[in-house]
Amino acid sequence: MSFEMPQFSLALPEMWLLAATCGVLLVDLFSRDPQRTLTFYLTQFSLLVTAAIALGSHWGIAEITFSGHYVADSLSGVLKAAVALLAALALAYTRPYLRPRGLLQGEFYLLALFATQGMLVIASGGSLLSLYMGLELLSLSLYALVAYHRDSRQAAEAAMKYFVLGALASGILLYGMSMVYGATASLELARIAEVAAQTDDPLLLLFGMTFMLVGVAFKLGAAPFHAWVPDVYQGAPTPVTLFLSTAPKVAAVALFLRLLVDGLGPLHDQLQPMLLLLAVVSLLLGNLAAIVQTNFKRLLAYSAIAHAGFIMVGFSAGTDAGHAAALFYTIAYGIMAAAAFGLLTVLSRSGFEAEEIADLRGLNERHPVYAGVLLLVMVSMTGIPGTIGFYAKYLVLKSAVEAGLIPLAILAVVAAVIGAFYYLRVLKVAYFDRPAEGEQSAELPRPGASAAVRGVLLVNGAAVLVLGIFPERLIALCQAALGL
Amino acid sequence: MFDGWLLSLIIWLPILGGAAVLAIGRRSEAAVRQVATGFAGVTFLLSLALWFAFEPGGGMQFVEKRAWVPTFDIHYHLGVDGISMPLVVLTAFATLLVVIAGRTGIQYRPAQYMGAFLIMEGLMIGVFAALDAILFYVFWEAMLVPMFLLIGIWGGANRIYATIKFFLYTFLGSVLMLIAFLYLRAQAGSFGILDFHGLAIGLEAQILIFLALLAAFAVKVPMWPVHTWLPDAHTEAPTGGSVILAAITLKMGAYGFLRFALPITPEASQELAWLVIAMSLIAIVYIGLVAMVQEDMKRLIAYSSIAHMGFATLGFFVIFQAGLGADAGDGALMAMTGGYVQLISHGFISAALFLCVGVLYDRMHTRNIADYGGVVNRMPIFGAFFVVFAMANAGLPGTSGFVGEFLVILGSFQASFWYALIAGLTLIVGAAYSLWLVKRVVFGPVGNDRVAALQDLDGREFGLLAVLALLVLGLGLYPQALIGMAEPTLVELMNDVSAALSAAR
Repeated sequence: MSFEMPQFSLALPEMWLLAATCGVLLVDLFSRDPQRTLTFYLTQFSLLVTAAIALGSHWGIAEITFSGHYVADSLSGVLKAAVALLAALALAYTRPYLRPRGLLQGEFYLLALFATQGMLVIASGGSLLSLYMGLELLSLSLYALVAYHRDSRQAAEAAMKYFVLGALASGILLYGMSMVYGATASLELARIAEVAAQTDDPLLLLFGMTFMLVGVAFKLGAAPFHAWVPDVYQGAPTPVTLFLSTAPKVAAVALFLRLLVDGLGPLHDQLQPMLLLLAVVSLLLGNLAAIVQTNFKRLLAYSAIAHAGFIMVGFSAGTDAGHAAALFYTIAYGIMAAAAFGLLTVLSRSGFEAEEIADLRGLNERHPVYAGVLLLVMVSMTGIPGTIGFYAKYLVLKSAVEAGLIPLAILAVVAAVIGAFYYLRVLKVAYFDRPAEGEQSAELPRPGASAAVRGVLLVNGAAVLVLGIFPERLIALCQAALGL
Repeated sequence: MFDGWLLSLIIWLPILGGAAVLAIGRRSEAAVRQVATGFAGVTFLLSLALWFAFEPGGGMQFVEKRAWVPTFDIHYHLGVDGISMPLVVLTAFATLLVVIAGRTGIQYRPAQYMGAFLIMEGLMIGVFAALDAILFYVFWEAMLVPMFLLIGIWGGANRIYATIKFFLYTFLGSVLMLIAFLYLRAQAGSFGILDFHGLAIGLEAQILIFLALLAAFAVKVPMWPVHTWLPDAHTEAPTGGSVILAAITLKMGAYGFLRFALPITPEASQELAWLVIAMSLIAIVYIGLVAMVQEDMKRLIAYSSIAHMGFATLGFFVIFQAGLGADAGDGALMAMTGGYVQLISHGFISAALFLCVGVLYDRMHTRNIADYGGVVNRMPIFGAFFVVFAMANAGLPGTSGFVGEFLVILGSFQASFWYALIAGLTLIVGAAYSLWLVKRVVFGPVGNDRVAALQDLDGREFGLLAVLALLVLGLGLYPQALIGMAEPTLVELMNDVSAALSAAR
């Protein structure tokens, strides 16, 4: 391997974010503001600039640098922008929740920034090494975030589970990587793809691929590697769950696209049966288990598993259109999930966690506007047209039908109908059930969130609707990222 | 003159109105009612412009086509022909009725009630006007949400069960339709509904597509045996919800058969016509008998709706055996036209009957037939209206109910004596349940003290029922007004179908 001078300018998003993170760290060190206003806004600023830089510097090019470890192409640009924007959206909800619980410290935002950094690295990963590095940076930051509320037993338990299982999944992924390295004698994905396309005896590669798929499925929360999802979603503080369910999902998709499409794409025929299995199991298990949940966060966790199943349907198609559909689905899911968990953070007050479905009772009576946001999000997750969730499902189904997977598409829509039931149940509680006796709307304290955060929630809810009516730009972006 | 904007205006004006009403919210109930009535009224006037500017037999009119999601070749493509235009007008009319009827009676959150109706109006008109399959699907599904909330929030005691059942039933049917659309898109290279028409598809694929469409439309119509959501939804819905469900939502399913099933899958339609005919006949007779034994007024009318919609689907599918094609007599045309007239007529009659029940319910807060008796002694004007509508429901000549049923029976007589005989039984069964309902509720001695305290119709109720009575009688005496609009398009549709069939042979 000859030594070349890396093109540092290509890695501008990562370098900027790293510098900005260090800046936030320093500023926070000297800040005595209990509101962490400066830290918060600097974090948001860094993330927004990252998104702009990523799209600006990566769009329309296809370069490989850092000795093959770093890829800069349209896909990485879109992935990074999506990651940074979703992270910014998720963090926007956090302050009013963290503050009264004594959790509002600069470290929260720093951990989130480091996690974002890890995701950026994954999005540009050109080799097994850089992908693994990014993944570990992301995972370690997330473990710490889940455990962030250290006085909460639930959070500690969730973090422990997440850590143990996550470490195991990372180990399995690494094991798979080692086999792939053994079979191809290269860490570079481009080289691995060449070997995979030519080899007559791919047995070792297949073993490696299977193990790597397990690792990716774990990160995505697809069944049967989903066991951590409900516990972590429920146990972690709501803002952390919010963060977990947005940007890291995109990172998991990025990991899949880099490892199993860029790298082992030639073996798709052997990969497809496994993906089908993941898709079917996730769709059925996620939707059926969600029906019996009483905790809203846990319900959303199972719904996340079902949505991971839909993403897997896109992957199963194995075409560029399918991958673009999966990417669009993930971004759409991130927007919906942000609104759903954001609503919970807004409804929570000091001393009161809004997380049971029953806590939403009579929401339409008390706060018709929030009820409207909940309506939009639930309807969108069901996949009713007019909301972004419809086009997400539509794209995935279309790619599946075009790839000839019509039975899978039919199963997916039947699963969507099952899913409709529990989303409707949430709406039933919020709209049809009247608040309990003696719980007059005047006596309830106002939601703890500031006007700005409530504004974010409204914009987020409106985005679900507006992007559902005018999806063209976002779809075109996702397709262009995959070279369509 | 109106091309390119009128349909859009009719769709989006009520939706905007709904948003405006929601924005007013709880600030002023009076303003809510006035704004809602204003928007519904203006929309209805605009839809009348549609009626008068329409040229019968002129193909798709008021067409509007813009790129919507160019990546997937999805267009914002609107237009109406003789089949859909009357349904658009009917929708605007029914919504205006409902909004006026809801000016009193609805006390809980009137802004959300009115807003839901207005938004739903725009979506339903969109269903009838859409010429792009995805646009159609968007409107078709989106209208479930306001209806779900309407039944769930303002419905009766068992409303939650009813509304979730309604949503899931219709949702399951329609997602299969979406898959059929995706398949058709791959065949036709476009999502244009008109491009789907006359597509050369093998019989096997046609049958699968037809079954997917049948799943969507049969649930909506609803046809036996997937009708069970309707009595629950109708019974538990507030009066306005029942009116819209009966007058418009059910028509969407029948419209789907005319717009999608017949022209896209003519061979499969012919092949499986026996199935649809059998389901329709069972609906006509069996559901009619079920209606007879109901103890709840709304449930009775709901079952009678299913039976009457059976006539429409019978008329649409009996054409294959009633001499479709140039050489045959006009049996097929009679059946088809009769089925279509039945749609509109049932829209008026069922709306009127549900409004009548609403009038009684507002006063007595019960729908049980047994709680009434001798209402005519206290409410003579109401009694007169109720009798008129019940007669129309039974298909008395001179009312609109007669025209559709008679034409369908005549048409199916040319297909088979037995079809006509079975369908003709409805004249007995329908008369039995309608008249028995009248006898038990309206006539006889005053049943109890609460009936004795009843007040007759107020001006608003009188106005609503009078307009409906005029329409029912008008359509019965001069059906040509409607048939003239629709027939050229129906003839065209049947020519296309028979051409496709002979091409396939």
